[in-house]
Amino acid sequence: MAMHRIQVKVNGAAHESEVESRLLLVHYLREMLRLTGTHIGCDTTHCGACTVLLDGRPVKSCTVLAVQADGRDVMTVEGLEKDGKLDPIQEGFFQEHGLQCGYCTPGMMMTSHALLKANPNPSEGDIRQAISGNLCRCTGYVNIIKSVQHAAAAARSRS
Amino acid sequence: MIPPSFDYHSPKTLSEAIGLLSKLGEGAKVLSGGQSLLPLMKLRLGSASHLVDIGRIPGLEEIKEEGGFLKIGGRVRESDLEHNAVVRQKYPILADTAAVIADPLVRNMATVGGNLAHGDPANDHPATMLALGASVVAQGPKGARTIPIDGFFTGLFETALAHDEILTEIRIPAPPPKSGGAYVKLERKVGDFATAGAAAQLTLGPGGEVARVGIGLTNAGLTPVRATAAEKFLQGKKLDETTVRQAARLAADAADPSPDRRGSVEYKREMARVLTARALKRAASRAQGA
Repeated sequence: MAMHRIQVKVNGAAHESEVESRLLLVHYLREMLRLTGTHIGCDTTHCGACTVLLDGRPVKSCTVLAVQADGRDVMTVEGLEKDGKLDPIQEGFFQEHGLQCGYCTPGMMMTSHALLKANPNPSEGDIRQAISGNLCRCTGYVNIIKSVQHAAAAARSRS
Repeated sequence: MIPPSFDYHSPKTLSEAIGLLSKLGEGAKVLSGGQSLLPLMKLRLGSASHLVDIGRIPGLEEIKEEGGFLKIGGRVRESDLEHNAVVRQKYPILADTAAVIADPLVRNMATVGGNLAHGDPANDHPATMLALGASVVAQGPKGARTIPIDGFFTGLFETALAHDEILTEIRIPAPPPKSGGAYVKLERKVGDFATAGAAAQLTLGPGGEVARVGIGLTNAGLTPVRATAAEKFLQGKKLDETTVRQAARLAADAADPSPDRRGSVEYKREMARVLTARALKRAASRAQGA
């Protein structure tokens, strides 16, 4: 079994781990670091439930090797809340009922969080485009879009 | 799903990577963005005993205009190509293409070089690169060689790259004035492969006649298809309803698609015709606007 020592920063904390070459990033996060907020959905790069930020960009962690994250910065849904205070995107999903079963929600929030960083004032089209790699089978997306808009408005009024 | 066991290598230089590929032999594969390779390995449709990750080699992620070419590093990510200012302004066909590959999350990992080197006729860049008359630079143990795109795709999932060669750059001739291009794709949903796709790149002469045209088709055969009969037909002609219709028909004749859940052979060929006409019209309007 080919093992590698990797150093990954996850939600600001440095981790050093011994991993197998074939370990997927999503399994590393969930099983070795016990960060189970990141969900495994389709496991085939389609659904986006496993979305995390890799060096700030949203990616599907079922299709990234843990060894590829060596030396890089990962942010998961657990990294959104700061000092007991929800991130505007979490607040938005809460206020606008942006979830039903909740399975897609961590991925949706990570993608939306990255969108708002790059584009603080997205149009509805921008939001739909950004989340087009994240599937939701409950909401019909309408409340998800409202949630992102809520977060954008909250972030604007704060700054 | 967890891929079968393999060993992972992360060389820091190109020569180290090539050395590894030579030493490890046919069982070693190049890992670029991994968005095709890793799913294939997870599904047991592909295998490798070693992955050589070229993601830590500096210098492969640049996009620059130099010496009459647009040079795209082999590891340029689709999302970077899509949002690059020079690409958007001067090579809109490339921005069209990048924007419809898979989905935005996949495009944050997937690379342009990988899209070509995978040799999948369902990928989107091959058609575009055929239309643009691009070439690729391959680096191997004997140094670098340039491969014209017309000779690059040799079979289903097969390319002219040797197992110990790495696609390090894509070169696209800078378009003369009055040039324009477009890529149009029909997909069932975001993230799906093309039901059909057409790329057209045009240069118009002083009288508005076609001075150069390239037309490529996606998912229209075992390899990416260049619609040479349609190109020949258009050479020297003005683009109007009649000539576009005839060229689109000739392009559809060159399509040899396979039936699957995306449609029958007849439907896909018809879509190749419709999309070729749309790509030509959009390319022409961009060429006239330039």
